[in-house]
Amino acid sequence: MKRRTVVVVGAGPAGLAAADGALAAGADVVLIDSADRPGGQYHRMLPQAYEARAPEAVQHGYSAFEKRVRRVLGHPRCSWWAGAEVWALERTDGAEAEAGTRPLATAHPEPATTAHPEPPATAPAEPAGARRTGPPTAPPRPEHAPPLKVHVLTPAPEPGAPRRRHVLEPDALVIATGAHDRVLPFPGWELPGVVTAGAAQALAKGERLAIGDRVVVAGTGPFLLPVAVSLLEAGSTVTEVVEAAGRARAARGWLDRPWELAAQGGKGGELAGLTGALARHRVPYRFGRAVVAARGDGRVEEVVTAAVRADWSVVPGTGRTTAVDALCVGHGFTPRLELAVAAGCALRPGPSGAPADVFVDVDDEQATSVPGVFACGEITGIAGAPAARTEGALAGWLAGGGSPYARPVAALRRSRDQGRAFARRLARAHPVGAEWHGWLRPDTVVCRCEETDFASVCAAAGDPASGEARVAKLATRAGLGPCQGRVCGPTVAELRHRLGAGEHPVDPAGHPVDPAGPGPHHRPVAVPIRLGELARPPEPPAGEHPEQPHRPAQSYLPVEESGP
Amino acid sequence: MSPRLVPARDDSVRRTDRPLTVTVDGTPVPGVAGQTLAGVLLAAGRTAWRTGRGGAPRGVFCGIGVCFDCLVTVNGERDVRACMRRARDGDAVTTQSRASAAPDAPGSAPDAPGSAPAPTPAPAPAPEQP
Ligand SMILES: Cc1cc2nc3c(=O)[nH]c(=O)nc-3n(C[C@H](O)[C@H](O)[C@H](O)COP(=O)(O)OP(=O)(O)OC[C@H]3O[C@@H](n4cnc5c(N)ncnc54)[C@H](O)[C@@H]3O)c2cc1C
Ligand code: FES
Repeated sequence: MKRRTVVVVGAGPAGLAAADGALAAGADVVLIDSADRPGGQYHRMLPQAYEARAPEAVQHGYSAFEKRVRRVLGHPRCSWWAGAEVWALERTDGAEAEAGTRPLATAHPEPATTAHPEPPATAPAEPAGARRTGPPTAPPRPEHAPPLKVHVLTPAPEPGAPRRRHVLEPDALVIATGAHDRVLPFPGWELPGVVTAGAAQALAKGERLAIGDRVVVAGTGPFLLPVAVSLLEAGSTVTEVVEAAGRARAARGWLDRPWELAAQGGKGGELAGLTGALARHRVPYRFGRAVVAARGDGRVEEVVTAAVRADWSVVPGTGRTTAVDALCVGHGFTPRLELAVAAGCALRPGPSGAPADVFVDVDDEQATSVPGVFACGEITGIAGAPAARTEGALAGWLAGGGSPYARPVAALRRSRDQGRAFARRLARAHPVGAEWHGWLRPDTVVCRCEETDFASVCAAAGDPASGEARVAKLATRAGLGPCQGRVCGPTVAELRHRLGAGEHPVDPAGHPVDPAGPGPHHRPVAVPIRLGELARPPEPPAGEHPEQPHRPAQSYLPVEESGP
Repeated sequence: MSPRLVPARDDSVRRTDRPLTVTVDGTPVPGVAGQTLAGVLLAAGRTAWRTGRGGAPRGVFCGIGVCFDCLVTVNGERDVRACMRRARDGDAVTTQSRASAAPDAPGSAPDAPGSAPAPTPAPAPAPEQP
């Protein structure tokens, strides 16, 4: 009998748990991540080449994570596609994604391919290609399969060759693509040495690189804590942590109803550990302050912080300058919604109600509005790794065909609901204040790629001729650079909203965008692909060309234990 | 000189350093196997290696492949995100500038992704991969 196939995109806490859940439900799983090691942002692993003998030294909850990685990646029904990027989801039901996605099929004709995961791997340490058993079969797709083709690029077989293209048509798709830092602009934020809080964390945890000697960590939210602690651990001096939320507000958000925190799988203990480390290093944690400028000649040399009110308006006369050689900033997170939007999943407004604060709308079973497509982790709400894991386990189990009435499901649902409550609390404790734009000057860069300044955004918003978002975009070029608005999108949307433009925002194709629509998240091509790669036909399904195994090399496997 | 690698001898993760060398605009820069190109550049004390449209220096910003501030050319292949590509011994890195880009034609930016740069010149293009 043909087993159900589930493709999971993202191997962070959510995606790994989803793969685990789908395997437990008896499905074949293809787990895809653009990183070469699993773990996502929270469990960012060290490069294999470091051969670290004590990787747990910089990871919270490492042993449970390791166990899960072994179980999932070593599972005979799991194919682990490391360093592989899902660059597009193509709808095959004729419908277009909300914001007018062009059907990609018209852009590159290709043979219909129904690729499906490999049959059981015998020993995970075997070289790829040696593990395919049994004849290839192309079973009829069940009715409830998502109307989607998943377009994947896998690493080139040898250096210098183009990446390979694959097209998958799973019975269910789980999207677990996580989030990236949101950073609000301020004068000087484009100076080298100013990095996102996540970048500092990724470099310290993932490469053992300290971004600077004297560092200020600033922004809002509890994520500033682990970042500061990782920097201390890597040998930096953290001169201060600057949290824009007021002490009372953050304390209310964090200390109220501690049982919710305790329910978040050890978050309370983790928090205590982190604050203890800051106290030992005598790092001041300043509430109600914000970085309002960075200065330097060719790189950051000093930061200006100021006291801010609850709405983040600057209190005059409170500015203070600190000498630094690096500045790490994060004002919360932006979900990576490209794939969910491409799939046509309905979105819902986030807790702040800000125009770009949207997440994937999921029901009680983590199902999106598109049949067969599930979403979990930070793309459904920002609540940290334990919540992401719970959502993933639920999504994976149900995507894999597990019964919604199975005993563990009720407990998972309860825990997921606690996670959602935690997300609401986080958002309440650390809202982005409405008056942050008060620290912008006319020449402050708003769009980093195109160097569009604040004055141009204001001018475009005030000009009836460029009142429409699309026209304004062409006029100011904000959002048209290499990052395609990933960094400035939420900021520009919010500024235009405040400046009175953009009440009826439209996407780049000119379609009206409703408040819960994809807005700045609409990107038909989710990750960069070269024309040469696009021009190549997708690799055929497994089995047709034995010398070209469909299954890419497994580049991470547990070193010590090689058996499932 | 500020960003730096935690010295292997006091690193709590007990790692092994295997040296490698890349060239940056022809100048040899030492690194360690496993580092990303951004990691190599930062650890060598370079915080900027690209110039934006107005000529301002840029280096790493997001660290996870989202912002495209860290683009470099590697072995002739343009627009590689340095934070996503592991360094290989002998990689020839050249820095990029958007300052000379024709400023007004949409999509003309040399490092616009998706709109994919012209098929990469010889030698064979290396793929962008983490
Ligand atoms: C840089 C950074 C560092 C962080 N570090 C910490 C930390 O140390 N401690 C903490 O408490 N929280 C941290 N966070 C918060 C963190 O996002 C969550 O707590 C948790 O990791 C969320 O889990 P997730 O599974 O939803 O997403 P993630 O962990 O973000 O996993 C998503 C995965 O999807 C992959 N992906 C995305 N798009 C594609 C695609 N198109 N194709 C293939 N793969 C794709 C990514 O490579 C990634 O591995 C960090 C966030 C960021 C942005
Ligand atoms: S630093 Fe943002 S893409 Fe590399």
